[in-house]
Amino acid sequence: MWIYIVRRLLLSIPMLFVISIIVFGLANMMPGDAVTAMISPEAPGSDELSAIRRGQLGLDRPVIAQYSSWLGQVAQGNLGFSFITGDSVTSTIGARMSATIILMGTSLMFSIIVGVALGVVSALRQYSGTDYALTLFGFIGLSIPLFFLGLVLVYLFALRLDWFPTSGISPAGQPRTIMSVLHHLVLPGISLGLLRVALFMRYTRASVLEVLHADWVSTAESKGLKRRTVVAWHIVRNALGPVLTVIGLAIPVLVSGAIVIEQVFQWPGIGLLFINAVNQRDAPVLMGIVMLSAVVVIVANLLTDILYAWVDPRVRYD
Amino acid sequence: MTEPPLIDKAAGLDQMTHGDHAETNYSSESPGRLALRRFWRHRLARFGAILLATIVLAVLLSPIFIWHDPSTINLNQRGTGPSLQHPFGTDRTGRDVFARVLYGGRISLFVGVVTMALAAIVGITVGAISGFFGRWVDATLMRVVDIVLTFPALVIIIALVAVLGPGVRSTIIALSLLRWPQIARIVRGEFLRLREADFVLAAENAGASPRVIITRHLLPNVIGPVTVALTLLMADAILLEAALSFLGLGIQVPDPSWGNMLQDAQSINVLENLPWMWIFPGVFIMATVLTINFVGDGLRDALDPRSGHG
Repeated sequence: MWIYIVRRLLLSIPMLFVISIIVFGLANMMPGDAVTAMISPEAPGSDELSAIRRGQLGLDRPVIAQYSSWLGQVAQGNLGFSFITGDSVTSTIGARMSATIILMGTSLMFSIIVGVALGVVSALRQYSGTDYALTLFGFIGLSIPLFFLGLVLVYLFALRLDWFPTSGISPAGQPRTIMSVLHHLVLPGISLGLLRVALFMRYTRASVLEVLHADWVSTAESKGLKRRTVVAWHIVRNALGPVLTVIGLAIPVLVSGAIVIEQVFQWPGIGLLFINAVNQRDAPVLMGIVMLSAVVVIVANLLTDILYAWVDPRVRYD
Repeated sequence: MTEPPLIDKAAGLDQMTHGDHAETNYSSESPGRLALRRFWRHRLARFGAILLATIVLAVLLSPIFIWHDPSTINLNQRGTGPSLQHPFGTDRTGRDVFARVLYGGRISLFVGVVTMALAAIVGITVGAISGFFGRWVDATLMRVVDIVLTFPALVIIIALVAVLGPGVRSTIIALSLLRWPQIARIVRGEFLRLREADFVLAAENAGASPRVIITRHLLPNVIGPVTVALTLLMADAILLEAALSFLGLGIQVPDPSWGNMLQDAQSINVLENLPWMWIFPGVFIMATVLTINFVGDGLRDALDPRSGHG
């Protein structure tokens, strides 16, 4: 198991390396650099000034040299400085991290709990009306544009019924308190989570159906165990392994979704920072976030695989 | 999951999602006709195909029957609700939402279809080469696939658009650059499975060139799974284009697309007081994607009987 983890970690290094080249290449292709952000091209003598500044920042060096010094900094956790604010990208992203983690974490928990529960119900009543209704719901869940769902929820529950605030993380000008954050979290959390419910439901249903007629289930039943015990301990527990891998599948989708949902609800997380960075052509912030998202996906995949091996000892990695 | 329902009462509903698995057909119908019949028996797929065809026809033929120009501003008719004159109401500058939804559909569907085509060309080519030649070719190409699949879709698409500049063309390039690996994986998997099959070895012994083996013997076998995957890819591309345009990074105004029509709803005033401006394009995206997914599900049952059903 440990050997497996170490090997997986080592394997992700070349992958991160290639990803860093792609990210750096994209940043280089973006129009504008740190100097055009600092010095207005209309200013008198701006050409000479820019050339001097480029020399100071090392932007006149060959691309390879620029890349290697950039990579050296990234490896130490320094993602550069924003073109717009001049702040460190690492601390800018860090400041937004908690909001995004709260949003994504809540949505993921919500979708796992509801999705697995509905999937089990669906499988235990295979081909019943409930099963078909849930399957249909799953199709709809996978077909609604996330932002549209968000807008509908805002329209109904914030504007019409006035149960929840329309946007933000706390009332304007007030500090964040647990209650205010939770209150603001309900709509974005549900919008982001609801669609993934469909995903977890599908996989749970398939997975439960697979073990439903296994020998150990019949054995447990013939021992006279209660239906409830058999379902909880013999069916669901064994069906959960494959479902865990879906978490790994869900993370990239969740990251994409968070960008859209943060925009709809003006949730002050990394997604909103990302969209602002794109609109302001702030390459360092943009690339920092792209790099971070790739790392998150790699780590999530790794954790999922480890978790899978831990839940289902039959899985052998060699 | 091939088990037919035990109780017949559920059989009608079963058709809704699962088609008729109990079917045994020993007649000499061609595989294509058989697949078509299986598809047609799948109720959701039939419903999906009809509704999708209606949407596509309405969008394509819209110049014939809409009575308002989608970009003509009419300041006397600003923000009016649905009426006989304007079935979906008008927007803040008095443009007809019905006409804009149908015109917007052209761009959204165009992006979906072209992305699907590009992903198919690149994905099938890479997958075929990878699966046929194996070894280091396969190892190299599959690493590329892994890396592309590591990026969360929207993040990398947005970064690409930031480099290429927003617009229809960069949207299509970004979407297809990101989506071909899924197709490549499927084609490669099927190729690896069939590579040592008797009919392939026989063709090889008979002196067939790699090109002939790939195009004549292997590719026809991947049509089923690839068609299913491409259908779902198209649904996904339409959703991504909508999200991108909603964020203001995809199709740019004044060209309407379903996604950028919802952009206006980021203003609370539009969201609250002019709901027809965003509900109709939203419903059109949803209906289109939903029906494509239904069709994809039907195709899976019809073309790829081996694959189980989630």
